[in-house]
Amino acid sequence: MFEHVFHLIASNYTLQIVTLGALILGITAGALGAFAVLREQSLLGDAISHATLPGVGLAFLITQDKSPLTLLIGAGIAGWLGTICVKLITQSTRVTKDAALGIILSVFFGFGLVIITIVQKLPTATKAGLDKFLFGNAATLLKEDVVTMTYLSSIVLLLLILFWKEFKLLTFDNDFFKSLGLPFHIFDILLTTLIVSAIILGLQTVGVVLMSAMIVAPAAAARQWTDRLGVMVILSSFLGALCCVAGAITSSIIPNMPTGPIITVYLSLTVIISLFLAPHRGLVWDWIRIFHQRAMIESASILQNLLILSESHTDPFHPHEAAVLKTLGTDTLRRNITKLVRAGLIKQYPGNLISLTPLGLKKAKVLTHNLHTESQRLI
Amino acid sequence: MTNTMQSNSLAIEVTDLTVAYQEKPVLWDVDFNVPQGVLLAIVGPNGAGKSTLIKTILGLVKPVAGRILVLGAQYQARKQLIAYVPQRSSVDWDFPTNVLDVVLMGRYGHLGWIRRPSPKDKKLAIECLERVGMADFAGRQISQLSGGQQQRVFLARAFIQEASIYLMDEPFAGVDATTEKSIIELLREIKKSGKTVICVHHDLETLKEYFDWVMLLNVRRVSLGPIATALTPENLKRAYGGRALFLDQKGDTRV
Repeated sequence: MFEHVFHLIASNYTLQIVTLGALILGITAGALGAFAVLREQSLLGDAISHATLPGVGLAFLITQDKSPLTLLIGAGIAGWLGTICVKLITQSTRVTKDAALGIILSVFFGFGLVIITIVQKLPTATKAGLDKFLFGNAATLLKEDVVTMTYLSSIVLLLLILFWKEFKLLTFDNDFFKSLGLPFHIFDILLTTLIVSAIILGLQTVGVVLMSAMIVAPAAAARQWTDRLGVMVILSSFLGALCCVAGAITSSIIPNMPTGPIITVYLSLTVIISLFLAPHRGLVWDWIRIFHQRAMIESASILQNLLILSESHTDPFHPHEAAVLKTLGTDTLRRNITKLVRAGLIKQYPGNLISLTPLGLKKAKVLTHNLHTESQRLI
Repeated sequence: MTNTMQSNSLAIEVTDLTVAYQEKPVLWDVDFNVPQGVLLAIVGPNGAGKSTLIKTILGLVKPVAGRILVLGAQYQARKQLIAYVPQRSSVDWDFPTNVLDVVLMGRYGHLGWIRRPSPKDKKLAIECLERVGMADFAGRQISQLSGGQQQRVFLARAFIQEASIYLMDEPFAGVDATTEKSIIELLREIKKSGKTVICVHHDLETLKEYFDWVMLLNVRRVSLGPIATALTPENLKRAYGGRALFLDQKGDTRV
């Protein structure tokens, strides 16, 4: 399978271009996405990407030029305007941020769809192929597109590396950033501009509708695996590149498959795996931990209750019916009892009778003692 | 600016300061001078503008009117001499970074663009963590800290700024009694070295024990000065208004 794909890429010039473009896009969107997610600007990314559509259409209408640079500049300006509109609405009116994002996203996107539809009907535009900006079509990437993408991506990543510590502090604690006398607005605008740049980088490949997935998903997945910002950004870039390249190749091989949706499928898988399986933060480990803790608490309470019961007998190893423990509020699950028997802490007799073993008695006394000291410490 | 000029000037000098959010005034025509070397608490009821006052001095909030001088000059000229400890809840403690890294952020104002913290900065950061008793936690992920530990990390981040004036927004909020005692010890140490500490504070009970100066604030400045002269029952009544009865009793017993 992989050999087949590699062979295909090696022999197919178009696929090489597509792979390279997807690689650049994945790395850039992944890195900037990490900051968008940590600044809680994921939805802003979605609004920006939708807001770029009218820019693409208008750029073509005005210049009658479908070169990537022209269209991307149009997209960038529109995305930027969208961002500023969101900021203005939240700052100067009482409309909440999510409503402002919703307004800008739908208004710009609707307007963009109208323009694209008009453009498609123009005789000059029959081959403009602006519809690929909706869901993305990696197969239409040309060498000149990839060259443009490389330049843009290099500038974005270089700025990110140069101003790393400023962006980190801005994202973590913007009041402290301002209190140091650093120019907050300049860096806020710069970081947002870099995020906008990462978005327009992917418009042709992923499309405006699903571009936000390229920003949010790799970062959200990467956050699960690490507690360090640098590692998170690199991992986010790596996961973004992996999914983007895989999606671009898949869509180029399967006829009429738009690239955006297929990339999103790969991204979703990455996110799901990360949410469930990442060490420390993964849900599965939480479940296992809770399960173990519950079993431990249940086992401990079986031992302690047996100790309490045995105190009314002269023989501390006097057997009791397991059902008695139930009246004391202990859930006597068979697997807990079996586990305690196997650990040599209790002994089981026919007729569902159980008693402490000498080892179990010791353990029960320690547990009870610890509980007392613990509760005293808390008081 | 020479050192002698700084040592002669007031720590903070505020004239005719008015701040408003939308149309609602938060601070109204506030004037006050804070000399250097005091441990000052800003107290007042909720919504009195305590945090806003600190944020305005720091330039985080733009005033409608008024003038603020820090050590005799504009904030921008004095930014390296001021350390800020924001409210603990103002940041996301699940941010992917560790304790040492947060403390090093206090050096960013001294470092200049592009440059990364040096080994010397890191040594300094460890020293500051030692002062707050958190040196063993340098490599710890910040989401694993307790409330008191978070507060001490913020203090270490302020100490590494090597400032002359420390502005703190509720440094005792949500920390246990032991941590509170150790924090006030640290603040006294700072004061002893001739530096100025200004804290937004909530607890009238501990006011006299912890601080030597107080500002009573309720949108307007009610009083400012050494505790003995500024914290009178009448002033408390003026600051807390409708809740004066309860406070009167407290004022009678403690003031």
